[in-house]
Formats: sequence, structure tokens, C-alpha cells
Amino acid sequence: MTPDHRALRDLVLVGHGMVGQRFLAAFTAQPAARGWRITVLAEEPWPAYDRVHLSALFDGRTAEDLSLCPPGFLAEHGIDLRLGDPVTAIDRAGRTVTTRSGAELRYDALVLATGSVPFVPPVPGKDAPGCHVYRTIEDVDAIRAGAEEARTGVVVGGGLLGLEAAGALRAGGLTTHVVEFAPRLMAVQVDDGGGAVLRRKIEDLGVTVHTSAGASGVVTGEDGQVTGLALSDGRELAADLVVFSAGVRARDQLARDCDLPVGAHGGVVVDEHCRTADPAVLAIGECAQAADGRVYGLVAPGYQMAETAARTLAELPGEGFTGADTSTRLKLLGVDVASFGDPHGTAEGALDVLYSDSRGGVYRKLVIGPDGALLGGVLVGDTDAYGTLRPLAVAGKPLTVPAEQLVLPAGFANAGPVALPDGAVLCSCHNVTQGAVRAAVRDQGCDSVAAVRKCTRAGTGCGSCVKMLGTVVTEELEAAGVSTDKGLCEHFAHTRAELYEIVRVTGIDSFSDLLDRHGSGEGCEVCKPTVASILASLGNGHILDGEQGALQDSNDHFLANLQRNGSYSVVPRVPGGEITPEGLIAIGEIARDHGLYTKLTGGQRIDMFGATVDELPVIWRKLVDAGFESGHAYGKSLRTVKSCVGETWCRYGVQDSTTLAIELELRYRGLRSPHKLKSAVSGCARECAEAQSKDFGIIATSAGWNLYVGGNGGMTPRHADLLAADLDRETLIRTIDRFLMFYIRTADRLERTSVWLERLEGGLDHLRAVVLDDSLGIAAELDDLMARHIGGYQDEWAETLADPDRMRRFSSFVNAPGTPDPAVTFVPERGQIRPARPGEAGRSLTALTGPNAPVLIAGARLEVLTP
Amino acid sequence: MTVQTRDVHDVRDVRDVGIHDVQIHDGTRWHAVCTLDDLQPGRGRAVLLEDARQVAVFVDRAGTLYAVDNLDPFSGAQVLSRGLLGSRGDRPTLASPMYKQVFDLTDGRCLDDETAPDGSPAVLKIWPVRLAGSVAGGAK
Ligand SMILES: Cc1cc2nc3c(=O)[nH]c(=O)nc-3n(C[C@H](O)[C@H](O)[C@H](O)COP(=O)(O)OP(=O)(O)OC[C@H]3O[C@@H](n4cnc5c(N)ncnc54)[C@H](O)[C@@H]3O)c2cc1C
Ligand code: SF4
Ligand code: FES
Repeated sequence: MTPDHRALRDLVLVGHGMVGQRFLAAFTAQPAARGWRITVLAEEPWPAYDRVHLSALFDGRTAEDLSLCPPGFLAEHGIDLRLGDPVTAIDRAGRTVTTRSGAELRYDALVLATGSVPFVPPVPGKDAPGCHVYRTIEDVDAIRAGAEEARTGVVVGGGLLGLEAAGALRAGGLTTHVVEFAPRLMAVQVDDGGGAVLRRKIEDLGVTVHTSAGASGVVTGEDGQVTGLALSDGRELAADLVVFSAGVRARDQLARDCDLPVGAHGGVVVDEHCRTADPAVLAIGECAQAADGRVYGLVAPGYQMAETAARTLAELPGEGFTGADTSTRLKLLGVDVASFGDPHGTAEGALDVLYSDSRGGVYRKLVIGPDGALLGGVLVGDTDAYGTLRPLAVAGKPLTVPAEQLVLPAGFANAGPVALPDGAVLCSCHNVTQGAVRAAVRDQGCDSVAAVRKCTRAGTGCGSCVKMLGTVVTEELEAAGVSTDKGLCEHFAHTRAELYEIVRVTGIDSFSDLLDRHGSGEGCEVCKPTVASILASLGNGHILDGEQGALQDSNDHFLANLQRNGSYSVVPRVPGGEITPEGLIAIGEIARDHGLYTKLTGGQRIDMFGATVDELPVIWRKLVDAGFESGHAYGKSLRTVKSCVGETWCRYGVQDSTTLAIELELRYRGLRSPHKLKSAVSGCARECAEAQSKDFGIIATSAGWNLYVGGNGGMTPRHADLLAADLDRETLIRTIDRFLMFYIRTADRLERTSVWLERLEGGLDHLRAVVLDDSLGIAAELDDLMARHIGGYQDEWAETLADPDRMRRFSSFVNAPGTPDPAVTFVPERGQIRPARPGEAGRSLTALTGPNAPVLIAGARLEVLTP
Repeated sequence: MTVQTRDVHDVRDVRDVGIHDVQIHDGTRWHAVCTLDDLQPGRGRAVLLEDARQVAVFVDRAGTLYAVDNLDPFSGAQVLSRGLLGSRGDRPTLASPMYKQVFDLTDGRCLDDETAPDGSPAVLKIWPVRLAGSVAGGAK
């Protein structure tokens, strides 16, 4: 359907930031949008990105990762996005805008979403080289480049953004100071008590905090470069990098220039429908002063304004935007901070209920109204309760349990579950109430958090409500009597985790036994390998012995990886990716002698392709003799622990990442698990080993090791979560031991740690409690299982070669031992072999079954064409 | 086509009387291809015939023998002998090790997909198989 261009009206959006993009998404979802031609004029060179997670750029994410504009979105809606061409003037009478490149565009409706600029106090030297602000991708690049040379950084401003910036500097290895004018950190969000706990925690991390002190000038050296910061109390801090993060100012200059009213503290004045004084012009996000007279510096209110403006333009009825809840939950420098409702107790008759544990770094304060209703609160160090408390505070309903129960640590508190009213807003990013979530489950057939997210969008913003969503979804499903069928397959009505428990408790050691006692039928390709893996995890001998041998997938059955033409590939273990020249030569010689195709893997080892089953033992004999062992590339088990060279060689390294990687790989080699396990160790925060995309990844810090879990690359990438920071070697290893064993014990079949962690009830906090604080009382058992695994480890290939019974399987044909499979054929390509494609006349490689068999090289048998 | 040995033998009975040659019939004659000891219950082995055809031979936990084409119609590779036996409902099945399609061992039909990627029906040829007392050691 081609729209009639003459009938189209012109919509011009100024600014493609977070709120601008949200507006586009909301507006294009309306049928009325088809009557509009949309042009977006953007100052930045990038399509909208997630500014809230800007600091993720410091730990390895790329600008692309942060993009908020889905591929194809603009094309699908015919949106003309012009990057790097900001609007310089608005002519309201003529209804046109002019851009920096000189373009002039007509509009029927104009939406301003220009956001804000960082406020830089007008102190001398503020523009010297070495001074930065922190708002855009380019700012991050500049700070990062500056940090390479710098030793000490000062952040001016101890609010949310300032602490984020401090975290980034510290991660870059700089000695970091924070200077805050107010007497406490995060003065807007937290009270004195919370600020004190926050300060202590942040200082524990090595950041020096100076409160009640302002910046009075930037000190520069002869070359004009920053050398320090002068403070209002007369002191001077030596520094070679300064980040100003002292608040923001609305970008309302365009509006001022065309005489649109702006607020006393800046911000284009809009009504509850986001219209400015000129009905053809709307303003949303941080550049607008909302109907309640406030300029919101958070993204959630901006999103609500975006939705409102979209409705206004589509001429849909709606209450409009009259103000928003500014509750926030953040993780700053790894410290959890939340504030909600009225955190300062400004209402008449409001009383505080307070719990403060300076030693444990936990602070909780609730503000209670005279009628017993929860008005607001501050949480530092442990923000678990935020999901329940915030909706309660926003709903303004009296509490159903004594307030003190809500601030006491678990163990003292015996409050039952807190009942939320259905009108309580669970997801403030998308303004979704508990009632709406329940309705999605009940009436729209959503049977999982994922489905609810899709249907209501709850949980797709900051994500802080996901845990609460999970609870409500489960409650509603249970209320509806839905029992999701969790059985493994038609032969077992149990989940993998349940079968694991059955095997562990009963000591059943064979599939037949388990099937006869707890299942039915003959089994299948799903339950057989699963049970084989469980038996192997629980240390039931060699995976090819007895009946176990009959359960394994083809890969495990031949201890090699099946490739598309029926040949196999072979990967010896190269712990930590460290290999001697002799090792390389040995692998090279073996591959050459057998005509195998070689390729480096992503896990820092060498894969050799093209072996027939007959050749596998011959190849492995040579590999074992050369000191190699199975790399378990074929198993659902630990693959590799990738590493960088770390402190030993690298200029930036702060710990010996290679040695740790080797130690970990040798510790966990052969460990059978619900799915493959990948790991990596980086020697510093630059993260060259990409540890945050692994099931468990370790990043060195100057104080120890940070442990990340649940990362994934591949088809569904997931950034790993920080499980614990600055661990010493011993604690690190014990924590990984328990993490792995807990995962093996409770995960579903083929469930990677990333999916498992997202599903795990209680999420990361629960995991932390189990592996660090032994909240389930199973730590000793997990430790013991790991000790058994390590003690019982044997190289599967060496053992196989030593046993004639296990060796019998390695012939292509039972009736013609020694004859390689004639159907496995290859053709040459770039000096090596590749499988012949259908219709191609390929040739087979020679089977090398005896020690004196002629050794033939691929090149000698196959004509090798080099381009 | 029926599988000729299905109703006949039980592993233990057969071992007791010392008859344990596995034979398959290629349409012309019986070939002794291996002994029962060569097969592990639940798994298979490949057999190469003189005309280069490949057959996958299996024995299940109860001792029943099966023989089907070794060629997997979905991958075009000779790999079915490396698949896993199992059951769906009361039908005995074989799962391909390549892309995991499941075949019904009573009629050779694929239970997951009716046609192979090249458009041909995804049905495995069932080869007659039996245990017999011949003492021949192999096909050749
Ligand atoms: C480091 C950091 C951390 C943050 N953390 C949080 C958090 O945890 N929680 C939270 O709620 N909020 C947080 N925020 C604030 C949040 O990012 C903002 O509230 C949000 O980005 C506002 O969206 P916006 O679209 O109004 O402005 P922006 O995202 O700033 O977008 C405005 C866009 O308009 C462009 N523009 C300006 N003038 C023109 C012009 N004349 N022509 C064309 N284009 C123009 C700008 O270049 C910019 O791209 C954080 C911000 C930063 C910088
Ligand atoms: S991660 Fe490793 S290689 Fe990369 S900079 Fe740090 S120590 Fe060097
Ligand atoms: S509250 Fe932010 S996603 Fe729900």
C-alpha cells in the first residue's frame, strides 16, 4: 500500500536520544501514524542508544551493544533519520526548522527531545585539556583515552552520574577522588544515614570521597594540561584528569530563541499532553518542564512523556503526564542503592523506621505516614525489598505487616509475604500495574515472564522489576491451576534436576535401573545422554563403560565431534591456551601425517578435522604420547578456560591470568554438566579474554579477582553478572566450585548457565546466598562433590586406548575392520581438505591402522590448488 | 516388509545354545555380518556390503535385532549406525546422530519429518535380519 504523499503531514523530531526513540516506537505503533511522514534530525553521529548504561562501554560493551534502534525499524516505518545534522533554528510562523547543514524542513508538528547538557561550574581552567564531561559515547572515548595516560582522576559531583563516572575511572585503574558540594553523596536520593553507609562502602573500594567541598578551579601545568583541582575549602588535589558531573541543564535554547516559554530553572514548558505554548510544537524528556513544574532527569518519566506525546499526536484520549514517581534503584560501583516515594519524609507527621548496620554496610529506612501507610524509603547495600516496597509506597496503602519487619534482616523478620494491591505499579518504566500483569497471565495466555514481557512490556526497561514479575506470574499461574509439564521426555516425568537428585540420593548407577524404577519405555535420544551426563557428574566411572557407553550421543561415543560428512574432528586440551613450540609441532605433524584440516578455535586451541572413526585411536595414540589429553570438545562439559597473558607480559595486567586459567582448566576438566561450560580469565579490566561472555569469567583487579557468571556468546548473547568482587584465589576457586556444582545439580537439560541464572528463583542474589553464605546448607556437599570429581579425573582418551574392549567400537565397519568409510570423501581447498559436496567427486583419506602403514599427506594424494 | 527375527530370539536363550551369528538378507542371500557380542544393546554398528551399500545393525535391551540403511536421508551421510535406539509410545525408534530426526524401526518412516531436504520421502529401507547358527565370520 503506497500512502498518498499529498495527504501526508510532516512530523519533525529534534533529537534522537532515549526519549526520542521511545516516542518513535510509540507513535509508529498507532494507526494514525500512517498519515505522517517522519523526519528525525539528530545531533549525535549514532542512532539512539542506551545512555543509562553508558558506563558499560568501560567494561567491554560496544556502541552497537547499546543501540536502542532495532535494525530495520527506521526502514519499516519510512523514517528519515539524519545523523550529525542538528537543528539550529525554528521558525514557528513559517513552521520550518533549519539545520546545521543548511537544510530547511517544513513541519506540521514538531517534537523537541533534545535532552540536556552536563552542567560545568564556571571555574577557571574548566576547558583545559584533561577536563571531561560524561554524557555521550564520544565523552566515554575521550575519558578512556585520557585514562590511558593518567594516574589520578577527580570527579566533580557525588550524585548518580558522578559515582558512575568514578566507577569508570577506577575500573580504568586510576586513583579516584569524588568531590561533592553537599554534605553527603547522592544528596537527592538518600538521607544522611544512607549517605554515610554509601560513603563507607565506596571508600572501601578505594575511592576517596570529599564532601562539603566544591571545585574552585582547575590547576594546569605549563603545557596547559590539568595537574590538579583546587577545592573551595582551600585544599588542592593532584590529578591529571577531571570529570565534571555536577548535574545537567535542559537543552532549551532552540525554544528560547523562538520565544517559547521556558521554566525558571530551564526546560520547555509543556502541559499534561506535552504541548508547548505553540500547539504545533511538543517537547518531551529532559528538555521539557512537565505540567507539575518539574524537569525530570530520569529516563522513566521521559518515556511516559514520549507515550503521552504519541497519544496527543494520534489524537487519542488519555490522562496525559502530570508527574512521575522518581524512585530509583541503582548499582553504583557495585553498591546497591535505592530510593523510592518520599525518601526524605517531608510529609507532615511522617516517621522513620530505620535499620542500620555499618559493619555489614546495610542501611534501610522507611518513611511511614501518620495513618500507617508507607510513603517512601532509602535502601543501601541490600535493595532486595525494593520490588515490593516501591509499589506499596506509590499506592499509598497502609501496610499489612509491621514496618519494622520490613527493615530487619531476614532471620529476625518473620513477616509473611507482603500483599500488593492490584493497582500497584510493578514496572515503573512502562507503568504496568500488578493487575495488568495478572490479566496478561489470566486472559491473554501468557505463561511465563518472557511472554508477559512481550505482551505488556513490563520488565523491558531498567529490569529492576523482573524478579517481582516472576513472583506474580508464578502466583497467577498457580492460582489458575496451570501445571507446566516439566518432564524431560515421554520416558521420564521428572526434570533433569529431579533425576539428578534421584540418582544422587538412591545411588542408582545405570540407565536401565533408573528407567525401570522411575521411567517407562526404552528411553530416547533426549533422556539417554541426559542420564549419562548425570551418572558421569556423580562420578560413575568411564563414560564408555558398560551400559553407559550405549547412552552417549555419537560425539561422546567416539570421544570426537561428528562433522557433516560423517567424519570427526579432534581437539586436544590446551589449558589456558598456553602451548609450547614442541606441542605445536607435534599437533602439526600429526595433522600433516593424517591429512587433517586444521583450524584455530575461539577457545584458543587447535581443531583437526577429517578423521574417520578408524583413525581416531591412531591419532590419539600419537597425541597422548606427545603429552596431550582429551579436550572434551565433544562433551557437555568444560571446554576451555581462555586467558590473556596477564601481568606476566602485558603492560596493563594486574594479576597472572594465564596461571589462574591453567589451574582452573585442569581443575574442572572432564566435569560433565547439563550443557557445555566455557570460561576465561582476563588480567585486567581491559578484558581481552572476553570473560564476561562466558559461563564463568574472571577479571583481575588490583585487589584480587572479580567473578562473573552466566555470560554467553553465540546465538543468544548475554553479559555475565558480577557474582563477587575482589576475591582472593582460594575464595575464588571455592566459589566457582560451588557455583558449578549448584548449576549441575539444578539446571535443566541443555540449559546454559545464562538461561539457568535468569530462571533461578531469586536470581543472582539467591545464587550469591547459596555459594557465598551457604543459605541452603549444602555448601559442604557441593565442595565434596567437586573434590570427588577432581580426585576421580582420568584422561578419557588415555584410558580408552588402554582398554581393548573400549577400542572395539573404533572401526567403520563391524564386518570389515580396518576399512575406512568409503563414503567419507574430501576435495582440496586452500591447501587443505574439506568435505566433498553432493555431486563433487571427492577422495577418501587413507586409513592408518598399523604402525607401519604408509603415511600419506593430503597434498600428496589430493591435488592442492593454491589460488 | 517384515522383520524376520523379531519374534524369535531372546539373547540369553541364543547364547545358551551357542548360536549367535547376526545375518542380514540383501534380497538375494543371507550374509553373516557379525556376532551378537559385537553389538552393544541400544547401539549399532555399520556393515559394508560388497556392492558398497551400508547397513546399520542394532540390538535393543530385550535382544531384538534391527537392520536399516546406514544412510541418513537428512544429512546424506552414512551415520545412522551411530544413532541411539529408543522408543516413542510402543514403537521402537532410532535417532539420527546428525540432526536428531527419529525413525520408526518397524516401518523405517521418519516420525519428525515426512520428506528429506531433497524432496524424497524420508523412509529407511528395513533389511531382514536374524540370528543363526552359521559359523561364517563375515560377509567376505
Ligand atoms: C552516565 C549516565 C547514567 C545515567 N543513569 C541513569 C539511570 O540509572 N536511571 C535513569 O533513569 N536515568 C539515567 N540517566 C539519565 C538518562 O540517560 C536520561 O534521562 C535520558 O537519556 C533522557 O533522554 P532524552 O531523550 O530526553 O535525552 P538524551 O538521551 O540526552 O537525548 C537527546 C538527544 O538530542 C540531541 N540533540 C540536542 N540538541 C539537538 C538539536 N538541536 N538538534 C538535533 N539533536 C539535538 C542530543 O545530541 C541527544 O542525542 C543517566 C545518564 C547518564 C549520562
Ligand atoms: S586483559 Fe590481559 S591482555 Fe588485556 S590489557 Fe588486561 S592484562 Fe593485558
Ligand atoms: S521498572 Fe524498569 S523495567 Fe520495569
